[in-house]
Amino acid sequence: MRPFLLPLVLLVLAGAFPFAMHAMDQGFYISFATRVLIYAMAAASLNLVLGYGGMVSFGHAAFFGAGAYIVGILAVEGVTSAWIAWPLAVLVAALAALVIGAISLRTRGVYFIMITLAFAQMMYYVFVSLKAYGGDDGLSLPARSQVGFGIDLRNDFTWYFLVLALLAATLYLLHRLVNARFGRVIVAIRENETRAAAVGYPVYRYKLVCFMISGAIAGLAGALIANQTNYVSPALLHWITSGTLMIMVILGGVGRFWGGPVGAAVLLTLEEMISGSAALGPWALHWQLPVGVVLLAVVLFAPQGIAGLLGGKRHA
Amino acid sequence: MTWILFLEQSLNSLQFGLMLFLLAAGLTLVFGIMDMINLAHGSLYMIGAYFMATFAGATGSFWLALPLALAATAVVGAVLEISLLRRLYERDHLTQVLATFAIILIANEVVRIVWGPQSLMLNAPAGLTGPITLPGGMQYASYRMVIIAVGAVVALLLYLLVTKTRVGMLVRAGASNREMAIAMGVDIRRLFTAVFALGAALAALAGAMLGPILAVEVGMGENILILAFVVIVIGGIGSIRGAFVGALLVGMVDTMGRALVPIAFAEIFSPQAASNLGPSLSSILIYVLMAAVLFLRPQGLFPARG
Amino acid sequence: MFRKTLFSFVACFALAAAAPAGAQALKEFKIGFVSTLSGPAGGIGSELRDGFNLALKLAGGRLGGVPTEVLFGDDQLNPEMGKQLAERMVRRDRVNLMTGIVFSNVMLAVWPTVEQGKTTYISMNATPTAISGKGCSPFFLSASWPNEAYHEAAGHFASTKGYKNAYLIAPNYPAGKDATSGFKRGYKGNVAAEVYTKLNQLDYAAELAQIRSVAPQAVYAFLPGGMGINFIKQFNQAGLSKDIQLVVPGFTSDQDIVRAVGDPMIGLFDSAHWSYDLENEANKRFVSAYQKEYGRIPTVFAEQGYTTALVIDAALRAAKGNVGDAAALQKALRAAPGNVQSPRGPWKFAANGTPVQDYYLRELTKDAQGRIVNKKIGTILTQHVDFWAKECPMK
Repeated sequence: MRPFLLPLVLLVLAGAFPFAMHAMDQGFYISFATRVLIYAMAAASLNLVLGYGGMVSFGHAAFFGAGAYIVGILAVEGVTSAWIAWPLAVLVAALAALVIGAISLRTRGVYFIMITLAFAQMMYYVFVSLKAYGGDDGLSLPARSQVGFGIDLRNDFTWYFLVLALLAATLYLLHRLVNARFGRVIVAIRENETRAAAVGYPVYRYKLVCFMISGAIAGLAGALIANQTNYVSPALLHWITSGTLMIMVILGGVGRFWGGPVGAAVLLTLEEMISGSAALGPWALHWQLPVGVVLLAVVLFAPQGIAGLLGGKRHA
Repeated sequence: MTWILFLEQSLNSLQFGLMLFLLAAGLTLVFGIMDMINLAHGSLYMIGAYFMATFAGATGSFWLALPLALAATAVVGAVLEISLLRRLYERDHLTQVLATFAIILIANEVVRIVWGPQSLMLNAPAGLTGPITLPGGMQYASYRMVIIAVGAVVALLLYLLVTKTRVGMLVRAGASNREMAIAMGVDIRRLFTAVFALGAALAALAGAMLGPILAVEVGMGENILILAFVVIVIGGIGSIRGAFVGALLVGMVDTMGRALVPIAFAEIFSPQAASNLGPSLSSILIYVLMAAVLFLRPQGLFPARG
Repeated sequence: MFRKTLFSFVACFALAAAAPAGAQALKEFKIGFVSTLSGPAGGIGSELRDGFNLALKLAGGRLGGVPTEVLFGDDQLNPEMGKQLAERMVRRDRVNLMTGIVFSNVMLAVWPTVEQGKTTYISMNATPTAISGKGCSPFFLSASWPNEAYHEAAGHFASTKGYKNAYLIAPNYPAGKDATSGFKRGYKGNVAAEVYTKLNQLDYAAELAQIRSVAPQAVYAFLPGGMGINFIKQFNQAGLSKDIQLVVPGFTSDQDIVRAVGDPMIGLFDSAHWSYDLENEANKRFVSAYQKEYGRIPTVFAEQGYTTALVIDAALRAAKGNVGDAAALQKALRAAPGNVQSPRGPWKFAANGTPVQDYYLRELTKDAQGRIVNKKIGTILTQHVDFWAKECPMK
């Protein structure tokens, strides 16, 4: 019973949220919540490699940013159909993950961290150099992608529910994936790679596929964030963004199913509450200070994250 | 391109490379000996520069402020190591990355609260605000020449320290085989704290010397930190010699790329596009270099571990 | 669990939210002020803010008699951060007017959010050609100067001085491009090279080496804030100042830069829409009040912030606070400069919402008290209309 209950309750609450905000005339928070949902997707994708696969990728922003830029560049070139732009964003992010993963996964430990960082920084500078698409200044999109069927994504409600549906579908797929044989093998590799190889699993191929799926989902999240803000910039690919996604996963709980979404929600809400607070006055500018302290405390004293504290089970 | 221009750009790359070395030296020792990824190293560089600006303002003398700033940053480094980082040595790299990332966030905000959000401007010491004439009639900023001299002297001292002294022997022993060093009875805790404080002082030296050329600002350590990581990965983690070579290499690619690419592309692209490609291409090249080294020689050019 | 927390937190906010504005006179006028207040260019934002706050204080905290609330936000010269702040101010706080942005790249990122939110923006600095030419809008007004104007004036000056070839350096962002195109419109000599550096680059070693090898007669440097401070310092350190004349726009040789660089600044020429020694009553009042309040001579940025507040003040006064909808506010703002005693002297809005005003030549000299100041030595352009105004379909 319980495994169905939690997602159901969350879905109902998430579904009711925009109506409540609308009733209170607080449209801003519908947009804020959409951002949370998108980052939840990105963090969940990172959790797949980081938590389940044990691959400490310090370059996840590359896939997130690549997805965003595909949508941005296509929009500027006049291709606004979501049916073309979004699958392409996913595809390009997956391909990028395939190439980067194929090279990076030959290294391990700290070298893996560094090489994924190097590739992400490389892509960051590629987009900085694309002056035709804004370069450093970023790129403003003329409008949100179009899905047809008379659905207008400029409406914040419609947009919120589309993102919510995509997040729910992604989480459902991820849930199926980690509980399938694939997920068990990935976790087995994390726990003991030599043994997994000895048993006869093609370790490298499993890791690469895992890395690719994760990159593809991050690409979808990127495509959504480009539509959310109607603006993309190289900052999406900067190592600080990779670090922020890692923070979300750690806060939520590494290798726990709800780790990514919970972490994204907590971090962004904390940021919004502090930096948007009028009561704090000039201190609101210093929102990174409490975030840093919370992160340090979690890392040192609650390495299992918030989902861990709440009693979710870690896949082992 | 004239040879004078080439010479001046070479001096510029040397100047940048040596400062990068100061930053990378501490990072590579901490990484090599404690097996610890310390993202907060860039924060020590920033704090060093802020101390420098404060002491220079208070004493009115650049050269008096410099040792004070180094000492103060070394103390901050030691306190950080004893109170916090020590707990992270036995944890996995992911934990280290995130804990030190948290320290970056905290350090940035503390600096913002203490020194205010606007950057501080640090002036070159009196007497070094003009050019000097080098043999051959070429003019070069005297302060940049001093940076090169300071960087070279410190690199030499560091080399002597690591290769010729007892402390250096312990450091090398720790880097090549930590367990063995502990088994041989090295007081590893005190050694770690000392190495960390030394690394902090070197980072502060880089921050203080670069202060008058850049600006003393929050976040100044974040981009140069990643470059320092590139340097130590290229050079080989734990190796001072590797850090030196790596730093000069990265300094050269960065400066020459910025200087030459716009000239090379000026005919093909608009000036704006060409100017944009220079720094981006040289940055991309730096990371390609790093990825290639990692792929082909994961232990770096000068592996420290035997 | 989490969503509940968010829910209750948001609910608190909602209850505290202000009542929506009606057609009658506003009870309170809310201004969103997004500016660059940190980092090497943070000095610019604080000059704008101080000038603005001074006018607000002299008006007793009530622009045009309406109690005025100003929400400040620091974009940290990060377009994305600026966009987030603007979204919060437009959508959550429902400000009546936005202002304050220093940098054109931030301006262009923020602009769609502001315009789609049907919020009027009055610029006190960034006035990119992208929103003053073909892309002009009734929602955008500028009380500073069109991005190209300072540089066009400087180009004129460089021509009259007879500089045969000039090296142009500017950051690689929209205003940098506007700057070189403005300069080239005014300048009749030869452009030796046109170089763009990364925005917020602070070490100019590579560019200075190139300047040495090109050996131009003059260097025109559009480098705002800390970039300018560092460039001028390093230009002198490299020994280039002996043979090459440095020409800069007014804000790169203003009081904030003078404080950091000092004596090497003396003898520099610059162009500006205002000078501290302009002979008019409003200016004398402004300069002495500013010095009394902050203990320093104002910069052009301070004047821009101050004049922006005066324009809002006059608009609200003329409309008797009936500016609940954007069109009424815009109409009142457009007519306002005629009723304003601005320190820069008389000016008005062109069709594209940018100012039509004079541009002066200033020279850095020591005054009687030994301070380094920008002395007005001539007028370069008289009642200058933005070049791009003719492309704007609005009349």
